[in-house]
Amino acid sequence: MSKAYIALQDNEESHYIVEAIEEDNPSATVIYQPAMIRIENEGQLIINRETVEEKMGRDWEIQALHVNLITLGGNVDEDDDQFSLTWKQ
Amino acid sequence: MTVAAIVPDYVGERRDRVENFHGNQVVYVGWDRHLMFCSPVAFALPPETPFSKLVDEVLVGAFSQHPDFAKIEWDRVQWHLNGKPFAPDRDKNLIEQGVDHKSILRMTTPGLNGIKGSGS
Amino acid sequence: MSNRKINMKEKYRLLTRDLEWEYSYRDYKEIFPMEEFEGIKITDWSKWEDPFRLTMDAYWKYQAEKEKKLYAILDAFAQNNGQQNVTDARYVNAIKLFLTGISPGEHQAAMGFGHVGRQLGGVGARVACQMQAIDELRHVQTQIHAMSHYNKFFDGFQDFSHMHDRVWYLSVPKSFFDDARTAGPFEYMVAIGFSFEYVLTNLLFVPFMSGAAYNGDMATVTFGFSAQSDEARHMTLGLEIIKFLLEQHPDNVPIVQRWINKWFWRGTRMLALVAMMMDYMLPNKVMSWKEAWEVYFEEAGGALFKDLARYGIEMPAYAKTAIAEKEHISHQAWSIFYNYGHAAAFHTWMPTEEEMDWLSEKYPDTFDKYYRPRFEKWREMEAAGERFYNPTLPMLCQTCQIPMGFTDMEDPTSTFYRQSEYDGERYNFCSDGCKDIFDYEPEKYVQSWLPVHQIYQGNCGGAEMEEVLGEYYKINLGVDNMDFHGSPDEQRWNAWHNLSSAEDKLKQAS
Repeated sequence: MSKAYIALQDNEESHYIVEAIEEDNPSATVIYQPAMIRIENEGQLIINRETVEEKMGRDWEIQALHVNLITLGGNVDEDDDQFSLTWKQ
Repeated sequence: MTVAAIVPDYVGERRDRVENFHGNQVVYVGWDRHLMFCSPVAFALPPETPFSKLVDEVLVGAFSQHPDFAKIEWDRVQWHLNGKPFAPDRDKNLIEQGVDHKSILRMTTPGLNGIKGSGS
Repeated sequence: MSNRKINMKEKYRLLTRDLEWEYSYRDYKEIFPMEEFEGIKITDWSKWEDPFRLTMDAYWKYQAEKEKKLYAILDAFAQNNGQQNVTDARYVNAIKLFLTGISPGEHQAAMGFGHVGRQLGGVGARVACQMQAIDELRHVQTQIHAMSHYNKFFDGFQDFSHMHDRVWYLSVPKSFFDDARTAGPFEYMVAIGFSFEYVLTNLLFVPFMSGAAYNGDMATVTFGFSAQSDEARHMTLGLEIIKFLLEQHPDNVPIVQRWINKWFWRGTRMLALVAMMMDYMLPNKVMSWKEAWEVYFEEAGGALFKDLARYGIEMPAYAKTAIAEKEHISHQAWSIFYNYGHAAAFHTWMPTEEEMDWLSEKYPDTFDKYYRPRFEKWREMEAAGERFYNPTLPMLCQTCQIPMGFTDMEDPTSTFYRQSEYDGERYNFCSDGCKDIFDYEPEKYVQSWLPVHQIYQGNCGGAEMEEVLGEYYKINLGVDNMDFHGSPDEQRWNAWHNLSSAEDKLKQAS
């Protein structure tokens, strides 16, 4: 199975998003590089709005991900509650 | 199909026709295993340039900075013209022996393999 | 009026379906005259889907937020004299190459998406192209803005757009985008939207930008990551374009495969510039070009092509060659620029001993064997006061327009030559990839504006190199060009930091 991945700018807001990703994707690997954080996982990577809101302690829209996003790999699916990256092969 | 175009029979301008070079033609020369010169070089020369002039003057200006250049035994140099073995006649000019516009001359210098034999 | 909040999916549907209308008094083909000539068959535009479902209100909102963040950092960088805090002044030369070689490509992409967005019949695709055109315009503007700060303190930035249209090595990215923009709308989408954005921009905007941060350049990393956040959206759209085309009609598969082959190859050739930026122009190293290639092409691109296999799409034709070249291209590209450092608008130099050791470690199979002896010889020549410059103009590839500095992967000490004859004339290439592109559409590539040939035809300001470089290219001779050592950039840097130049050190030693 290929690795789905996302890279975020290394900043305060992203740290909460990364925490949420780690909680919702227990097998994900988090890699810190200069100014960026890369998270990868076999097959699928999921970001849930609720988990991020819980970590941040405030409302957060899925589309706000764009502000800190650097890059990603995988087929994207997004709705109001969840953002997912998937490779089926 | 020679090009995907919105008009039929699309024809492009041949930008490098020999006529555009004011009496010169372009000749490329590459010295095998001497990549200190990063790529083959391009000369604009009259087609009537004698091969002797190419070797004795033009190539000296291009390649003599390399320590191997002074060691070249010119009668042992192996030439290729556009990929095929080529035996140049020093006294004939370029075009007479088939070195035409945008031709590639490659020279191999037996025993000389660049800086410390690295192909540079 | 209802207060019901509509969800993302519904908003997207309203924007991309409800805005369309039936064309009643004009023929569809009159309105979209470019939709058929490439041979692509579209049966149902309504199948087009943007997985981000981005609507204009959300687009403006989040783009504005990105801009605010970006400009806060650019201002802080300028106020803090950030230019003095980069690792060393050699680094800034990578930024010069970025401004002259890459930022104008962003502008070209904006123009391209503006054009294509008008030509596609599907409204979802048109909206996506519109957003992407605006994104690309944002990229070129923020990049020029960010780098204008460096222009106040370093040479070589002043005439970037003039240079982009004329200077020999800048014809490489220029001709790349000219090629894409003069293709049909679907080829453009596959070229830029998919092959370039999905497969290749990561290599530019992720590891290189992370490297910029590691070298103290917060301005560049910020515009880079800000741009790449848009690219993440473009990549996703690029993948959707491919899936859409492949699902529309089986006849589209071989056409799309040919475009992928072509644009992957053109892209990898152009990325030779980025390879040398990473391996040679970042004093603090994050990762080697080879490692970046493995993560972002072999791994990420590999996953992508495994996913596309279900449509009958294969890895790009010359992927194997490109993979073998990861061991060589940064060294070969740097050799080209070192050879012609007198004709470039940025400085070149030989790596230090420590940097060469890093290269040996990262390229254990190639660096010491093929490149180190050459570099040591060049260093020796420089020490003797005879810094090597190639006195003759290089032979260029007809397709990629790069000097023929790439070698045969079966025999890395041999230049790779390919030739075609077309309509009574010879055309020369650096690779099978470049030759295939020419052979398929010779009428397009006979028109290549090859800088070396243009100089020899007398179209570049005169017969003397001073006229070409100084007047036609507008390089400040003796200032913008030549080796970093001894340059005004180096002198200013040393004055800021109370450092002595190599020359001063020599004087003191003797």
